[in-house]
Amino acid sequence: MIQRTPFANALTYGVMIFGFLLLIGPFVVIVSGASQTFQQVNSIPFSFLPQDRLLENMSAAWTRASLGTAMLNSFVMASLVTVGKVALSALTAFAIVFFRTPLKGFFFWMVFITLMLPLEVRVVPTYAVAADLFQPVRLLISAVTGFEVSVDWNLLNSYAGLTLPLIATATGTFLYRQFYLTLPDELAEAARMDGSGPIRFFIDMLLPLSRTNMLALTTIMFVYGWNQYLWPLLMVTDPQYKTTMMSLVALLPSDNGTPDWNVTLAGSLIIMLPPLVVVAVLQRWFVRGLVATEK
Amino acid sequence: MDKRAAFRSWWLPSLFALPQIILILLFFYWPAVAVLRWAFTLEPPFGGAAEFVGLANFREVFADPLYWNSVGVSLAFALCGTLATIFIGLVLALAVDRQLPGSAPFRFLYILPYAIAGPAAGMAFRFILSPERGLMASVNASFPDFWNPAKYGSHALILVIVVFAWKWAGYTFIFLLAGLQSVPRSLIEAAAMDGCGPIRRAVDIQIPMLAPTLFFLLVIMMTEGFVGADTYGIVARTTDGGPNHGTDVMVYRIVEEAFRGLNYSGASAQSLVLIGLIMIFTFIQFRFIERQVHYK
Repeated sequence: MIQRTPFANALTYGVMIFGFLLLIGPFVVIVSGASQTFQQVNSIPFSFLPQDRLLENMSAAWTRASLGTAMLNSFVMASLVTVGKVALSALTAFAIVFFRTPLKGFFFWMVFITLMLPLEVRVVPTYAVAADLFQPVRLLISAVTGFEVSVDWNLLNSYAGLTLPLIATATGTFLYRQFYLTLPDELAEAARMDGSGPIRFFIDMLLPLSRTNMLALTTIMFVYGWNQYLWPLLMVTDPQYKTTMMSLVALLPSDNGTPDWNVTLAGSLIIMLPPLVVVAVLQRWFVRGLVATEK
Repeated sequence: MDKRAAFRSWWLPSLFALPQIILILLFFYWPAVAVLRWAFTLEPPFGGAAEFVGLANFREVFADPLYWNSVGVSLAFALCGTLATIFIGLVLALAVDRQLPGSAPFRFLYILPYAIAGPAAGMAFRFILSPERGLMASVNASFPDFWNPAKYGSHALILVIVVFAWKWAGYTFIFLLAGLQSVPRSLIEAAAMDGCGPIRRAVDIQIPMLAPTLFFLLVIMMTEGFVGADTYGIVARTTDGGPNHGTDVMVYRIVEEAFRGLNYSGASAQSLVLIGLIMIFTFIQFRFIERQVHYK
């Protein structure tokens, strides 16, 4: 647009730089704090200049909070949650969109209502189910037949416990549903005319077509899985299954100990890095997934 | 809404939907029923079957001043957090949308904080805005006790709101930028022909055209502020609900009461109130989306 607006342009640049300081500034503080010595990080005023001790601090944090196991566990958990969510949402949306069945609406509303039941408000009973997975089944059987069955399976301290309760997803299902609805009707028609059944149609046509969709969903769900805090906290008591969000506590300087915030910051930097890399590298898909899931 | 050419089968779709339905039944509906049951019953202290007590749990919750404190804190947190994120996102989106030379990297950078988990961000901010070190220490050196979130509830509340706003500003930015890009260029050009500068255009054309997006974000962010997973994580890792219940948001109180106080009935009654709140928000959100579709 050809219009000379020197004042507004200066203001625009000012706003953008201010936004940069506001949103990226904390990263700068974290990185420079993490690269300083114990004395430097506690100095007043704080120096924004990065020093050369980043790797030392990171390895100190790594051993202090045993980040090796935690990073591995978080990675496994985030990957399983991602794969599970993508697979289940593709399947459920397929059932909702491409079939003429009276159960369609039922499935849709079943999934929809989960939006109104966040983990925080049903945390105790969900924990109870995870601690005794067959409790509902047992109660049902004894209510219907009068028999007491004793099957026990608890999910505490296991990858299944970390991931299964988080895999059901309304947003993912709706994202896929939205995508399927944009496909032309002729596609399924042509597939049917050529004699393909629904399963073949799903594998040979829908899956390849939904590649972009899948990538978008994968990025947001990986970040979601990695950043889970409350659920792992309840599920895991065994240090072997600790996730990174749980090691945050171990990184904090103790109340009466030395305030070595340089190590704390270095540790939190390590924990922040994987989702940050995903968002930075795959930003196009991440943004697409974000905007699409909310529609 | 329905597709014309659909496959005809009843067992196949059920099979496809089954895994998700099982997980939902196990980990969403069964627990929700338990919440409902616990909210209206009371477990006798020495075991035995739970006793139906009607609305007694609710009466007890509503009689507790600490509950109303948590409602107030949640309201302040959600409202301030929402307004701050939307304001920051809007101003930045308006600036980036002008597409001046050199603005492309900013668009990339503003989204990065959204990748960070609330608890991790909260812990970093404990350092960044700590009273003894980090950025506020020099201010505190000249004006003692000017900023101390460990001592004053209001400061602690500001601290958690800052963490929330920092994380979510990039999110609103994305949506508002997408909204701005769908404002017809011809309208903006016509305004420019009539001699409107960029600021006037922003105020008189772009922001009114953004109204649906702004409203949508208002609902989403309020929901997030009240019950978002991040809200719990931020409060737990930044201030622990303190000092003196100053940041005791509703979700934090529910989880604390359930797992530390072992007061399942009270926690369930509070959960039901919150679920009702979410239902209202969700209802508003979907009504609005239908309106927006009608609009186009």
